Amino acid sequence: MSLLDLKNVTLKFGGVTAVNNLSLSVNEGEVFALVGPNGAGKSTVFNMISRFYRPFRGSITFDGEDLLKQKPHQVSSHGIARTFQNIELFERATVLQNLLVGRHRHRKTMLLEEMFFIGRTRAQEREHRHAVEEVIDFLDLQPYRDKHIAGLPYGVRKVVELARALATKPRLLLLDEPASGLSVEETQDMRWWIDDIRRQMGITVLMVEHDMGLVSKVCDRVLALADGAELAQGTPAEVQAHPAVIEAYLGTSAISKTANAKGERV
Amino acid sequence: MRFHFKTTYDQDIRLFPDWWNFSLYAALILLLLAMPWLIDSFFLGEMTNVLIWAVAGLGLMLLTGQTGQVSLGHSAFMALGCYTTVNLMEAGLPFLAAFLLAGAITGIIGAIIAIPALKLHGVYLSIATLALAILADDFIVILDHWTGGVNGYFAPEIWIFGVEVNRWVNPAAWYYLALGTALFVTLIYRNLVRSPLGRAFAAVRDSEISAQAMGVDIARTKTLAFGLSCAFAGLGGALMGLFAGAFNNETFNFLISIQLLMMIIIGGLGFIHGAFLGAIVIAFLPQLLSMSTDFMGSSSIPGLETGVFGMILIAFILFEPMGLYGRWLKIRTWLELFPFARRDMFKRQKTYLKTERLR
Ligand SMILES: Nc1ncnc2c1ncn2[C@@H]1O[C@H](COP(=O)(O)OP(=O)(O)O)[C@@H](O)[C@H]1O
Ligand SMILES: [Mg+2]
Repeated sequence: MSLLDLKNVTLKFGGVTAVNNLSLSVNEGEVFALVGPNGAGKSTVFNMISRFYRPFRGSITFDGEDLLKQKPHQVSSHGIARTFQNIELFERATVLQNLLVGRHRHRKTMLLEEMFFIGRTRAQEREHRHAVEEVIDFLDLQPYRDKHIAGLPYGVRKVVELARALATKPRLLLLDEPASGLSVEETQDMRWWIDDIRRQMGITVLMVEHDMGLVSKVCDRVLALADGAELAQGTPAEVQAHPAVIEAYLGTSAISKTANAKGERV
Repeated sequence: MRFHFKTTYDQDIRLFPDWWNFSLYAALILLLLAMPWLIDSFFLGEMTNVLIWAVAGLGLMLLTGQTGQVSLGHSAFMALGCYTTVNLMEAGLPFLAAFLLAGAITGIIGAIIAIPALKLHGVYLSIATLALAILADDFIVILDHWTGGVNGYFAPEIWIFGVEVNRWVNPAAWYYLALGTALFVTLIYRNLVRSPLGRAFAAVRDSEISAQAMGVDIARTKTLAFGLSCAFAGLGGALMGLFAGAFNNETFNFLISIQLLMMIIIGGLGFIHGAFLGAIVIAFLPQLLSMSTDFMGSSSIPGLETGVFGMILIAFILFEPMGLYGRWLKIRTWLELFPFARRDMFKRQKTYLKTERLR
C-alpha cells in the first residue's frame, strides 16, 4: 500500500524548473531512493514534502491525507521526520537536548504546567528521556550525550541528526544524503542502521543518496531524476543499467562517477 | 577533581543534579537571606537594586539568550508593568495581587504586540522594538490620567500581609520583596528551560528550519517567549519604579532597554547566572566610577558611565562573547581538571558551513 504519493508535482524558482511534473509513490515499509546529479531537484522534493515550499501544481498526500493543507510544523505530527543535506542541528544545545526537541510533537503539557513544573510535566520528561535513550543506544551515541553540538566532528553530527529524526518516532523518514561526507566505515554503519530502521522499527524510508553502492544495498526501489524530471524508476540494478541514466551520469559531473567508484568498494 | 556519576534520568530533570549542587545553592540562598544582618542599609539598598535589575534582565535573557530575539523595547514593558501595578493598587487591589496581575497583563500585551513584530528578523526586530521604547515615552505623557504624565507618580504605600514595605523605614522588607521576586522568576525560568517549551526556544534560536521539521510552531513559540519575557520585565519595572519612590516618563527611558541588553551580554547570554552577574556590574559600576572620579579629584564627568559601560561591552564581545559566566565556567573547568587542562581547550570550534537555503 502506498504511504506517500506525489502526483504531477511541479515547482519553479524564477526561471528554473526545479521539479517538473514528477510523480512518485513510496510504499509502506520500503526503502526508496532518489538519485540524480547535483541540482536535479532531489532536495527540493524533500522540501515540498516538509512544506517549506509549495508546489505550483500537483498534489502530495501522506496516508491518504492532503499534505499541502498542512503548515510546515504540522508535518511532523503526521509522522514524517527528516534530516538535512547541510546538517541543521541546534548548535548551542547538547546532543541530549537536540534529541529531546525531537520529542516535541509528543508533548501534552500546557504552558502553566511547564512554568511551575507541575502536573504531567515530570512524568512526561521521564517518558521523553526514555524514548530518547532508546535511540541513543540504537545509534551508539552514549559518549556524546552531554556534549554540545558545536564541538562535534562531522560524522557524529550526521548521526545525531538521524537520531533526532528517529526520536520523533516517525512512520516515514526522509534522509537527505545520509552518507555524504562519511568515511567508508561510517557509511557501513549507516547502511546497517537504515536496514534496522526499516526491519526492526518498521519505518518507511525515502532517501537521497549519491553513493550507488549504498543505494543498491539498502533500497528496494530507485527513482532517477535529472533536471527535475523522472529519468527511470525500478530496482537499483534496473535503474543503474538504464540507458538514460548512464547517459545522464556520463554526460555530467565527475563527482557522481567518483561516488560510484567509492560505492563499488563498500 | 569532582566526578559526575549519573544514576537516574531524574538527575537531569531535577532542579539540582546532585547534593553538592543543591548544598551550594542552599548556602547561597541562606547567605542572601541573612544579608540584612550582615550589611548596612546603604548596601542593602544596592543589593535590592541588583536584584531588581536581575528580574528585568532575566526577562530579556529569556527572549535574547534563550530564543535569540533581540529586543530594545523592554523599557516600555517595564513601564507598563509599573503603571499597571499602581493603577491596580489605586483600584483597590492589595499590592501582591496588583503586582502579579500586572506582570500577567504586561505579558499578554507583550504577546499581542509580538505577533506582528516577530515577523521581523534580527536587526529589524531590534529597530522596531527600539521605536516602541521611544514611543512609550510619549504614551506615558499622553496618558497622564493613568500615568501622571511628566509630573509622574509617587509610589503608593506597599503592604504585604500586614508588613509595610518601605525603603526608609525597613529596607530589609524591600530587599526581601526583590529577593522573593528574583527567586520566583528564576524558578519559572529554570522550569521552562527543563521542559519542552524551553527546548523549543533554543530550537528556534539555533535553526528555525529544523525546529519546524520537528514540529515546533515558530510563530507560537516566539510569541510565548516574547510574552513571558515582557511579563518578567513588567515585574522588574514595577519594582524599579516603586523602589525609586517616584517615577515618570524619564524613569523608563529607552536607554534602560539598551542598558538591559548590555547587561545580559556582559553577564553571559543564555545563562541565568549571566543575568545576575550583569546586574551586579550595572548596579555597582556607577558607584565604582564615582569613587574613582572622587579619587582623581575631578567632579562628575557627564556621559562617563555610558562610555565606560559601552567600552566594557565591546571588550566582552571581542574577547569573551560568553560573558562573565562563560569566563567563570572556563575557570571552573580549568580548576576541576587541574593540572590536566590544555591550553587550546577553549578555542572556539570552527563551525560548518550553514546556508539560508535548504539544499
Ligand atoms: N530556494 C531556492 N531558490 C532558488 N533556486 C533554488 C532554491 N532551491 C533550489 N533551487 C534550484 O533548484 C534546483 C534543484 O535544487 P536541489 O533540489 O537542491 O538539487 P539537488 O538534487 O542537488 O538536491 C537547482 O537548480 C537549484 O539551484
Ligand atoms: Mg540536495
